[in-house]
Amino acid sequence: MAKIHLKMTVNGRAVEALAEPRLLLIHFLREELGLTGPHIGCDTSHCGACTVDLNGQSVKSCTMFAVQANGAQILTIEGLADPGGTLHPLQEAFREHHGLQCGFCTPGMITRAYRLLQENPNPSEAEIRMGISGNLCRCTGYQNIAKAIHAAAERMNAAKEAAE
Amino acid sequence: MSAAVETAEARTQKLEGLGTKRKRVEDARFTQGKGHYVDDMKLPGMLFGDLVRSPYGHARIKSIKTDAAKALPGVKAVLTAADLKPLKLHYMPTLAGDVQAVLADEKVLFQGQEVAFVVAENRYIAADAADLIEVEYEELPAIVDPNKSMAADAPVLRDDLAGKTEGAHGKRKHANLIFTWEVGDADGTARALASAEVVAKELIVYQRVHPCPLETCGCVASMDKVNGQLTVWGTFQAPHAVRTVASLISGIPEHKIRIISPDIGGGFGNKVGVYPGYLCAIVASIVLGVPVKWVEDRMENLIATAFARDYHMTGEIAATKDGRITALRCHVLADHGAFDACADPTKYPAGFFSICTGSYDIPVAHLSVDGVYTNKAPGGVAYRCSFRVTEASYFIERMMDVLARRLGVDPAEIRRRNFIKKEQFPYQSALGWEYDSGDYHTALDKALAAVDYAGLREEQRKNRDAFARGQTRKLTGIGVSFFTEIVGAGPIKNCDILGLGMFDSCEIRVHPTGSAIARLGTISQGQGHATTFAQILASEIGIPAANITVEEGDTDTAPYGLGTYGSRSTPVAGAATAMAGRKIRAKAQMIAAYLLEVHDDDLEWDVDRFRVKGAPERFKTMAELAFAAYNKVPPGMEPGLEAVSYYDPPNMTYPFGAYVCVVDIDVDTGVTDIRRFYALDDCGTRINPMIIEGQVHGGLTEALGIAMGQEIAYDEYGNVKNGSLLDFFLPTAVETPNWETDYTTTPSPHHPIGAKGVGESPNVGGVSAFSNAVNDAFAHLGLTHTPMPHDHWRVWKTAQRLGLTR
Repeated sequence: MAKIHLKMTVNGRAVEALAEPRLLLIHFLREELGLTGPHIGCDTSHCGACTVDLNGQSVKSCTMFAVQANGAQILTIEGLADPGGTLHPLQEAFREHHGLQCGFCTPGMITRAYRLLQENPNPSEAEIRMGISGNLCRCTGYQNIAKAIHAAAERMNAAKEAAE
Repeated sequence: MSAAVETAEARTQKLEGLGTKRKRVEDARFTQGKGHYVDDMKLPGMLFGDLVRSPYGHARIKSIKTDAAKALPGVKAVLTAADLKPLKLHYMPTLAGDVQAVLADEKVLFQGQEVAFVVAENRYIAADAADLIEVEYEELPAIVDPNKSMAADAPVLRDDLAGKTEGAHGKRKHANLIFTWEVGDADGTARALASAEVVAKELIVYQRVHPCPLETCGCVASMDKVNGQLTVWGTFQAPHAVRTVASLISGIPEHKIRIISPDIGGGFGNKVGVYPGYLCAIVASIVLGVPVKWVEDRMENLIATAFARDYHMTGEIAATKDGRITALRCHVLADHGAFDACADPTKYPAGFFSICTGSYDIPVAHLSVDGVYTNKAPGGVAYRCSFRVTEASYFIERMMDVLARRLGVDPAEIRRRNFIKKEQFPYQSALGWEYDSGDYHTALDKALAAVDYAGLREEQRKNRDAFARGQTRKLTGIGVSFFTEIVGAGPIKNCDILGLGMFDSCEIRVHPTGSAIARLGTISQGQGHATTFAQILASEIGIPAANITVEEGDTDTAPYGLGTYGSRSTPVAGAATAMAGRKIRAKAQMIAAYLLEVHDDDLEWDVDRFRVKGAPERFKTMAELAFAAYNKVPPGMEPGLEAVSYYDPPNMTYPFGAYVCVVDIDVDTGVTDIRRFYALDDCGTRINPMIIEGQVHGGLTEALGIAMGQEIAYDEYGNVKNGSLLDFFLPTAVETPNWETDYTTTPSPHHPIGAKGVGESPNVGGVSAFSNAVNDAFAHLGLTHTPMPHDHWRVWKTAQRLGLTR
């Protein structure tokens, strides 16, 4: 199969590659770029384990071709901590509030929560629950995830205020 | 020395031992996307396998054409039963004493059954090749209703068992019968039922569901032909047992097989068994001499790997007019699918279902179980439960409500009247179990007070009046459930799997500078073992949990153990951890006595050190003793500070709990709203309250899924009707309510630290609480039992049936 020339920015790094047109974005990220944080849970875009941030939107990378991401800005869980190694408040909060157990949904869940808080920095609990309803977790029952996202939002808002 | 001035409390805090809400050590890697799951593995030269599966529930295979697949560039091998037969690998033993086809031989017996395995350079080519394999089938009539399995004219499903009159559990009276299992006093129970003042009878079906962990099953098999060494990384809840089974099946000596369970993305019982895909990947790697990865997709996971439940339970409960139970009889028709691949201890073909007398003092009982074959996927695993305990708990907790309705007694009251009393423990149940400890009345009273049960009932009464007056179209249901589990298998005398006694193990090495590594025979799938087992050890040996590494899942390094399922990690491996820790401490005490020049008995343990009785300023800390173990041991003592414990539990543990669910139901739409859910758990000594709470939240959410919407449904031809997450219900954050958790603490008398295990309790107790709540909403209209799952459509149908039409 003829390969297509791809260029994109992934976690701030310019990436160039040749990819088959049918290659799914999740496989490109995991197998070509070695970014194994996003996972495959369902293949049908229901579970959200493969969630990445693409041009400022949460997308399920198992239901998108890599070629469709040509030219895109992509952020995965691996790019969330700042380059100095300081964890993102969401990463801290998930640990602090026991928002994860087996860890399989966690990268997608945190990446989704990241976009949610960009769009709505002060979400209510109902808005958090609706905002992550495309991401399934089989372990936590969501309660501590919602708590963690709320705590991260507060911390991010406090940091923003302090900076202003 | 600065340590000397620190208070015992301050030193205890530093340990982060038993009872502390220690943050998890696992989380750093998971929150940064640095977990290491099996599909993350990439080895040089690794190939990908894919399975061709049966589209039919029951069919004869007339031919398999593989030429086109083999000719596809990038395809390295194709395997069918014909290739496995000469190796005697076309069938494999199951954990239940049956055999299961690895690749279908002559017939397929369920939709999704493995027919051929292709190996290619990447997963896309493997999928293309799978599509190119042409299988010609002749469709046969399928059995999907287990009630029809033993009909005189039922089609015979298992041709391979022709002439086999003995099953793993006795005579096979019908070609489609796997076993009949009986426990208890049949005659005594019959007499009690015949002379009873009241008998309540009900058919209670616990539908077929699926554990559906977020990560599907898979493995990477790598045969090193130079050294004759096979390494398999995979989603294994019992890696050591897998090694033994792999050795027995393949003939490769056990020391040449290394099984590694990396991070596992949830198990819930789905990853206990050995699946054909694993074996195919291993055979392919042996044939090709390179690593082969096989990871199933979600549809394969749902339709072909181990399901759970599918128990059809008929109960008869005898009681006096004032609600004292005098006998219980239960017959179960158990649908095991096409192969008996149930994961139960050998002597218990229906697992621990005989815990079905529940939390009640029932003088006489009888249980019989018929396990039958159908044209459905094999399995029958303990989905977040200890070997059919969930089925048993659902059964008795529904029966208690049925009896309460019959007598007009409140569901909480009928339970209280029949509870085993605190002073009756250890309690011998009519079906043969010895309950270790419990205080049921205290737990239920605490739960009822916490939710203001009397107030809820009053509100419900008013609401029903308003409904009757036409002022509302909503009904309120209050579900009470009180469960007793039986977890932590062994003891070895009762419990083995394939002859392997169900002990578990822990090996500890204390390093010279006072840190340590502990290795266990279990494997975490999200339970947080690396956090909690270090806490047990911290309290036992006085080394901070932060300085203890916990490692599991590598059969080359970890001591042998039977793995993690059935809530057995804390009761068995947790006990082994404490016992191994005590061996460490005993040796450290001898070293301390030598260094302090006193007799062993003159020393006492003080949090993290041994001190001289009556002279507390004279002490040796564990860190000092660790170093001394490597250079200053008493004459005649071996150097080093290591211990191993293989723990055979004297009994199982019996966690219990009281759950209350309040649901509001819109009778015109069938929409259910879980307004409140209160869960009180008693899991004995609490190791990490944060993790316990997380386990309860998760288990309740899985129970919510099962009770309110989950079913693996088949049509009459054996087609799975909901094989993807499009229509197999998993609760999202929106349907899931906030959970209220609470506890009492009744330690296990025989466990070294009194812990009982908790991971599965919320699933065991939760399902009946939801179901009882839905039934309760309609109870005043004459409903005694409506089957799960209580999805909107079914609830709406129930309302319609009861005449609640506008």
